[in-house]
Amino acid sequence: MFDSLTQKFSSVLSSLRSRGKISQNDIEDTCQEIHQALLEADVALSVVTSFIDTIRERSLEVLPTLQSGTNQAQAIFEIINQTLVEILGAEARRISFAKTGPTVIMLAGLQGAGKTTMAGKLAKFYADQGNTPILVASDLQRPNAVTQLQVLGQSIGIPVFAPEPGNGRGDPVQVARDGVQFARVKLHNMVIVDTAGRLGVDESLMKEAAAIRDAIKPNEILFVVDAMIGQDAVRTSQAFLAGVGFDGVVLTKLDGDARGGAALSIVQVTERPIMFVSTGEKLADFDIFYPDRMASRILGMGDVATLAEQAKKAFDPDTAAKFETKYASGEDFTLEDFLEQMQAMSKMGSMTKMLAMLPGAGAMKKQLDNFDEREIVRTQAIVQSMTIAERRDPKILNGSRRARIAMGAGRTVTEVNSLVDRFSQAQKAMRQMRSGKMPAGLPPAMTGMGAGMGASRQQVMNVKKSKSGNPAKRAQQERG
Amino acid sequence: MGLFGKIISKLTRTSNASAADWDELESALLGADLGPTLASKVVSTARSVKTDSAEDAVYQALLSALSTKSREISRAPSGPTVILVVGVNGTGKTTSSAKLAHYLTSQDEKVLLAAADTFRAAAVDQLLTWGERLDIDVVHGKENADPASVAFDAAQQVVAKEISFLVIDTAGRMHTKNDLMDQLGKVRRVIEKVVRVAEVLLVIDATTGQNGLIQAKVFAESVDLTGIILTKLDGSARGGIALAIESELGIPIKWVGTGENAKDFAPFDPQSYVRSLM
Ligand SMILES: Nc1nc2c(ncn2[C@@H]2O[C@H](COP(=O)(O)OP(=O)(O)O)[C@@H](O)[C@H]2O)c(=O)[nH]1
Ligand SMILES: [Mg+2]
Repeated sequence: MFDSLTQKFSSVLSSLRSRGKISQNDIEDTCQEIHQALLEADVALSVVTSFIDTIRERSLEVLPTLQSGTNQAQAIFEIINQTLVEILGAEARRISFAKTGPTVIMLAGLQGAGKTTMAGKLAKFYADQGNTPILVASDLQRPNAVTQLQVLGQSIGIPVFAPEPGNGRGDPVQVARDGVQFARVKLHNMVIVDTAGRLGVDESLMKEAAAIRDAIKPNEILFVVDAMIGQDAVRTSQAFLAGVGFDGVVLTKLDGDARGGAALSIVQVTERPIMFVSTGEKLADFDIFYPDRMASRILGMGDVATLAEQAKKAFDPDTAAKFETKYASGEDFTLEDFLEQMQAMSKMGSMTKMLAMLPGAGAMKKQLDNFDEREIVRTQAIVQSMTIAERRDPKILNGSRRARIAMGAGRTVTEVNSLVDRFSQAQKAMRQMRSGKMPAGLPPAMTGMGAGMGASRQQVMNVKKSKSGNPAKRAQQERG
Repeated sequence: MGLFGKIISKLTRTSNASAADWDELESALLGADLGPTLASKVVSTARSVKTDSAEDAVYQALLSALSTKSREISRAPSGPTVILVVGVNGTGKTTSSAKLAHYLTSQDEKVLLAAADTFRAAAVDQLLTWGERLDIDVVHGKENADPASVAFDAAQQVVAKEISFLVIDTAGRMHTKNDLMDQLGKVRRVIEKVVRVAEVLLVIDATTGQNGLIQAKVFAESVDLTGIILTKLDGSARGGIALAIESELGIPIKWVGTGENAKDFAPFDPQSYVRSLM
């Protein structure tokens, strides 16, 4: 279902791109698709509607000021992405520490949201930064929540204040109050209070949460919410905001494949920032929140930022500079370049994993699934069995040369043929890029690998805001 | 008044209802997490139902989205009935396993629980606490034991002691983690060396959004789901995603959880659920 949606969405964008001039109707169509995409991503209906209104308005405003076709589509995509990032928050806010005494953090949320695990993760995160947190076991409701916190604390060497066994016994307000007092006396600079899961509609339990709050006066109340939550996110976050109040949001279980559109709803409705994310069951599976990554995820556009980061790391400046010079002097893209780029990409880590992060990856999920990492090794073997002359000018590759190469590389002639074909495609793409027919971004070796990635290259470039060493991009910039 | 009360009263006669009224109904269905596909299907079905009462039309349309499969526990023809409880993290698997075991004992069945969540901290203790509370035996292994071996032990015990039901709680796992999904398949295969698994129940939290459909698909592929337990219906979430799962994948909702106590559990009743939705 998601795949088909991503496909639809990327196809709208690419059809926008392929058209010369974007009309108001195009914008309307795009808005319809985004509407659908956001609903499938669990963004609350009311939030979807206001979001679309903003997109429409901004697009119509920008449209007349733009000229060429590709730029227009790109501009609209940018608007969508920008607006999402804007709503999700420009940058992550950090915990604000107490001026005197321990910094008190209280966790609140629905049952099963992941509060207890989150408490352990926060403790580890801040302990690693030189703080001295303790954990306080105020979830006395769920069977053995106290034991769970104790086990977690032990595994990371963080003290756990747990005077009550729980399982329905003991007063959570008292435990929280005593916990903070304990930290104060023992000079811990941070207290993380785990509380029982409760429903927004459960008035008495919401009152209890408020009582805990009043007893410990937390510096931060964090609302912990499961990224898989649907339309109820609005009602529940409003209920917690009214019942206990909170200063920030923690999104959990982002290691699944939920789009996490609820994040957008919650931020919009409660005007509280998302501060942290949880991405797995291990205590290290924890990160601060990146609005741009979340935006891509909600739109099904893949984790472009992460990819760009990795790509930057893998492509050393020397290689980039070399390509640039080659391009400036008008030299052609050769099989050697092709191989070099492939090798650079294999440095970026698992190819499939990387490709999956690309925007529009949904549209080529099949190819991704079938993609074989060993492909690079095979390509390498084939190219290395060629003579220098053959590498520079594959046109001279007649039947007998191909047979010899296949022998030398331990591959079949068919494989050699297909490599030469893919190379020609890549070369063609590179030439087109230079002549400005195609937006550039990833190296052409990637396009030559069978995955139709027309929609993606462009966006990767956008994230690399710094002036890129990529020749084609420079060419584009020079054209203005 | 239910979720759609206002809209329904506007749609008094289907023939008079305006497109805007139907849109409003569709929005309400979306708000209940039915998802865009099912929501628009329900609306178009409702519009085509020949009846004077809009309420009746919507009611029938919602019911028609449900599966006609049996919602009874499928008992093993002979020997013990083994029930495997699965799902992503935090949906209520342990609680539901305990509740189901309790439900069965209250029907005078002999039941054994197995704590095959050997991963999450204190998960075994959690089920042991339930066992004590409900006076039901719990089979468990050492911490970090192989879940398949715990399940295997339990299977052997129910066969040897002629216990009629075995309810196995498993660790929460994201359906995106292939190794954990494979592990679940293995748990099942190992049990089946001793006795057939009669039911594999997926626990879905009523607050879950559209991702629930993917969860159900992936779990169904790796362990062949026979039913759904829909939990946390005592909150403000409507659990429409379970309806979407049932409608798209034909996996029947069999039980609902409505609270944190053992008694907050009942067989799923389609008519009353649909009425509560409206
Ligand atoms: N309100 C409510 N809470 C529930 C229900 N079922 C389970 N819970 C709570 O949800 C939390 C997670 O449940 P648990 O059984 O540990 O989930 P598991 O991780 O899937 O085994 C616990 O706090 C349970 O008490 C239900 O039907 N309603
Ligand atoms: Mg459990």
